[in-house]
Amino acid sequence: MLKYIIKRLLYMIPTLIGMSLIAFMIIQLPPGDYMTSVLASMRDSGVTVDEAQIERMRETYGLDDPVYIQYFKWITNIVFYGDFGFSFEWGRPVSELIWERMGATLSVSVAALFFVWGVSLPIGIYSAVRRHSIGDHVFTFFGFLGLAIPNFILALTLMYLSYKYLGQSVGGLQSPEFADAPWSWAKLGDLLAHLWIPVVVIGTAGTASLIRILRANLTDELNKPYVVTAKAKGLPEYKVLLKYPVRIALNPFVSAIGWVLPNLISGVTITAIVLNLPTAGPLLLRALISQDMYLAGSFILLMGVLTLVGMLISDLLLALLDPRIRFN
Amino acid sequence: MARNEQQKVDDPVLEVNDLSIDFHLRTHILHAVRNVGFTLHRGRTLALVGESGSGKSVTARALLRIIDSAARVTSGTITLDTDGKKTDLNTLGENSKEIRAIRGGRIGLIFQEPMSSLSPVHTIGSQIIEALRLHRNMDKASAKQETIELLRQVEIPDPAAMADRYTFEFSGGMRQRAMIAMALACDPDILIADEPTTALDVTTQAEILDLIKRLQVSRGMAMLLITHDLGVVAEVADEVAVMRFGRIVETGPVDDIFHAPQHAYTKDLLGSTVRLEKGATTSSGGTEKRQPVLSVRGLTKVFGGETSWFGKGAYALKAVDSASFDLHAGESLGIVGESGSGKTTLGRLILRTVEPTEGQVIYRPGDGSETDVTRLDKQGMRNFHRHVRLVFQDPFSSLNPRMTVKQIVGDPLFVTGTARGKALESRVGELLEMVGLDPAAMERYPHAFSGGQRQRIGIARALALDPKIIIADEATSALDVSIRAQILDLLLEVRKRLNLSFIFISHDISVVRYFCDRVAVMHRGKIVEIGSAEQICDAPKEDYTKALISAVPNPDPRNKRMLHRTRFTA
Amino acid sequence: MSGTKIIHKELETAPALSPLKTGGDIGSIAAAGQWTLIWHKFTRNKVAVFAGVMILLFYFVGIFVEFLAPGLPDKSKPQFTYAPPQQLEWFAPDGEGGTKFLPHVKGYKMEVDPVALRRTFTADETDIIPIGFFVEGPAYKLWNLIPADRHLIGPIDKNETVYFLGSDKLGRDLLSRLIYGTRVSMSIGLLGVCMSLVLGVVLGALSGFYGGWVDMLIQRIIEVVSSMPTIPLWLGLAAAIPLTWSPLQVYFVITIIVSLLAWTGLAREVRGRFYALRGEDFVVAARLDGSAERRVIFRHILPSLTSHILAVITLALPVMIVAETALSFLGIGLKPPVVSWGVLLQDAQNIRTVATAPWLLLWPAGAVVVAVLSFNFLGDGLRDAADPYGD
Repeated sequence: MLKYIIKRLLYMIPTLIGMSLIAFMIIQLPPGDYMTSVLASMRDSGVTVDEAQIERMRETYGLDDPVYIQYFKWITNIVFYGDFGFSFEWGRPVSELIWERMGATLSVSVAALFFVWGVSLPIGIYSAVRRHSIGDHVFTFFGFLGLAIPNFILALTLMYLSYKYLGQSVGGLQSPEFADAPWSWAKLGDLLAHLWIPVVVIGTAGTASLIRILRANLTDELNKPYVVTAKAKGLPEYKVLLKYPVRIALNPFVSAIGWVLPNLISGVTITAIVLNLPTAGPLLLRALISQDMYLAGSFILLMGVLTLVGMLISDLLLALLDPRIRFN
Repeated sequence: MARNEQQKVDDPVLEVNDLSIDFHLRTHILHAVRNVGFTLHRGRTLALVGESGSGKSVTARALLRIIDSAARVTSGTITLDTDGKKTDLNTLGENSKEIRAIRGGRIGLIFQEPMSSLSPVHTIGSQIIEALRLHRNMDKASAKQETIELLRQVEIPDPAAMADRYTFEFSGGMRQRAMIAMALACDPDILIADEPTTALDVTTQAEILDLIKRLQVSRGMAMLLITHDLGVVAEVADEVAVMRFGRIVETGPVDDIFHAPQHAYTKDLLGSTVRLEKGATTSSGGTEKRQPVLSVRGLTKVFGGETSWFGKGAYALKAVDSASFDLHAGESLGIVGESGSGKTTLGRLILRTVEPTEGQVIYRPGDGSETDVTRLDKQGMRNFHRHVRLVFQDPFSSLNPRMTVKQIVGDPLFVTGTARGKALESRVGELLEMVGLDPAAMERYPHAFSGGQRQRIGIARALALDPKIIIADEATSALDVSIRAQILDLLLEVRKRLNLSFIFISHDISVVRYFCDRVAVMHRGKIVEIGSAEQICDAPKEDYTKALISAVPNPDPRNKRMLHRTRFTA
Repeated sequence: MSGTKIIHKELETAPALSPLKTGGDIGSIAAAGQWTLIWHKFTRNKVAVFAGVMILLFYFVGIFVEFLAPGLPDKSKPQFTYAPPQQLEWFAPDGEGGTKFLPHVKGYKMEVDPVALRRTFTADETDIIPIGFFVEGPAYKLWNLIPADRHLIGPIDKNETVYFLGSDKLGRDLLSRLIYGTRVSMSIGLLGVCMSLVLGVVLGALSGFYGGWVDMLIQRIIEVVSSMPTIPLWLGLAAAIPLTWSPLQVYFVITIIVSLLAWTGLAREVRGRFYALRGEDFVVAARLDGSAERRVIFRHILPSLTSHILAVITLALPVMIVAETALSFLGIGLKPPVVSWGVLLQDAQNIRTVATAPWLLLWPAGAVVVAVLSFNFLGDGLRDAADPYGD
């Protein structure tokens, strides 16, 4: 088992490198660098520009160096010093800005993940066992609907409906009165009241996919001989179902986290922009539009890393669940 | 065991009367079981014999009220007699408490494929413990003890440790033993064995059948044995019921069925069964004067011997170890072995679809030249493949479902430029006739044909380029008994007409005996013995061969060979 | 003397079957090739067939945009901002107390709220604007080539203003804009999918066929690309488009961006099937028959793949449509004057706007949802039918 973990970790490294390359490439895409746009906007607004300071910043962040040196500097700064660079727009180190936001992104994603699991497991089992029943058709239809409606449209619609019928503004994760207040049950309640919209919005597509996967896999397993053996032993129906085929059909279900997670993180990004949540998304968009490269690149890199970690966890969970993987 | 001892032996314990089951498919209703009736007696074995589609498995499961969702029981009674009380199982609900108590408690079931019949993610021990606690109300500790005892009874070595192992850590034979232990855990009155040894090697099959028989006798159980193998029936059964297309066509004591059958189908089945005693009458006695057409010397294949990242080439597997033999023109050489013996790999090595690690394969096309196949380049190999052709095992996956028969059989002609257009069409027609198919069939697709017919198409394809040698890799193993005989006869006829040489690879010694002139026996990659088919089957020399031959069940209840077999320890 | 008992004398030759529907024929489809079987299996799925028809309808609209739209997408009428949709009615009072057949809409009665300085429109029962079919309307050039001025539906008097689905903040007709947007949104999907197809099939095939280090390399690339959350990547790539580029250039770049991330699914599918098929007996047989590698791929393996590829593509299309919509919605994709569903949705970003003019959200969102839903149903149906031999 330990060998398996080490192997997986080793496999992750080239992917990590690849991701950092992509993130870096995206940062470099816009023509010119931040300095030029900052200078332009500063001059426009009549702010005095300290040439020396600009030159120093250019040097520290190697904006004049060839591309591969910049990449190298960027990566070594991150890995060895935890220094993600400097946000030119906000005037602060990136690390100050991102952790809180990434934390929020992570929490919403994880909440959405639990929502997805919690909803799709029972519905998936039901759909597989009672194939082609009314309930199955209803769930399939809603599942399709959930898959088809893009996140942000769903978010917009829910916002509109709750604004029109409930009269409340549902943007953000906390109402203004709780924003800076110390933690209390009321604050938690308020958080949950705001959290459900993003979680539902983000989770619907994932739920729909997982239900379909579970339904398909479980249907396959239900036809296998060991289910007949379990029945022939005299086990009651529910045990025959849960202890054996569901247990095995859970495998692809668990490994589905591997690709559901990137979707969730994606979904958080755009939904957050619409609903104005304090997560990475809105900040990322701004950073991209204003070419605040370190901020943007760090966000993209971290999101990718988050996804990889999630996939690693899902693989490990799978190994725990399925002895066949552990032993090979 | 007091319960059983009180009963008289020979008491009827289960009586099936007029059972009929229909399957509601999408466009029609399939009458899978029609008016089936039989009786099971304590201490006696009834064999339900039939080919695929006869309805025997459906019947067996219906006894436990395990019914597919598309199936309906339309008539009949299944009367279980326990302690004088008679219950009609058909009246019990499919998930009722009563039937669940009977499943596993009164009637045990073991199946064909132990790999997929046992849960892959649970330990063997836990699965048996579950059965024990369900029916015998034991607590965990005593259930564990009993499990170990059961595993010991089914002759699994080191039962205490094995109980905590997972299914995939067991070999095929051991898994089947574990299944038996699980089925017997609650001391049932009846054991239903559905093709319990079909997926096992001959020697393992003998061990398992032996074990089942002994356990049956010692516990006084009634047994319903479902099989298509008449040899197994003759060795193990007391009574036989022959099923075909859902009906029982004939029934009676085993001796009468084998020696005085009355129904045409039974006679047909018996006639198609190949035996170790009899070879095909066309034994061409190979022309040994000339040089052999194919000579294999020291052919070896080692898998996984390369070193990987983590060092050592630890998992090196010698699939074929220094095999040497000759194939003479016009003869058929059988290569026999159990699973893991390397026989299939040997066939692939000759064709070089798997590259040999060492050794030579010398081919003499008969014009005086000889070539070492292992040294041929791509073009040379292409040429070689025109002379040496392969017939595959699985009639379903060996034909491209998206091509017509004409395209499939004609592909070799087309690709080598031998014939195109009209010429190709007429040649394909010729070939189809030769294998006993209507030439008009060439416009159809494989899914329109049965397994036996598809195998004929595969043979036609193999013959397309006028080869000299045919390698048949388990070519009849996936076919029903009666179809198998037809295909074997077809191959014999083709061989005579076209003067071909055959390398016939199979795990079924009786088939090899029927078809081949000489036989090579393989064990763990080595050829342990080569000789004429008569000599190998009647008077084997090597210990392994002796054990192998003696374990083959004999379809003659008066001459039970398998139960008196010799054993081989490596 | 035989102790056996014959239970059933006759010699049957086939399993016993009864047709389910009376008079039904149990025939088999013996001579049917792959595509016939796939078609049969597909048409059994009524939902998928219906979805397919919807898709064809969408594309039909996309082709005849200029003719089908009642007006022009960029004609703004400042006096009719945020005008609500006008109901098409078929019968009008004929002046004698009865009704006559006269398709029409009711005109607007405008009121201005003096405090909020907002206009509200209500239907004016007395203002009847007759509607006709194949009427003369604003001139256009069909496909930018053929000048014409007939529209499928519109006001008979071409100086009248009709808003079937309402108007936006500049008084532009939402229906016309929606129809024009259909062409852009649906075609990006097609183009994007073509590019993904090439990339995905080629790389997937190389990967599956050669195995070894080629496979490992391509697998790693696929892993990296598909592990990255798509939206941040799209945002990043789209934000990098220089503002000075022309709308057409932007259109193509967006298409490329969207397809760059979507090919991985196709590549995985192709590779998986290639791997599975490589070991199949009939492929080995083809090689032994003497076929060169190229022929093995194109004649034997590829035909088994085409139906699956079709299914995967159909399922990838909606992803691209949603991607373009999302990017344009956020303001970094297509921009005005180009009209796409995403651009239309930009107007719906503001909650208060939507509250007073919900049609601005409803119709573009509805179009997206229906299109995506149809593609999904169709793709699912294709995927189920892709392997007709599985039954």
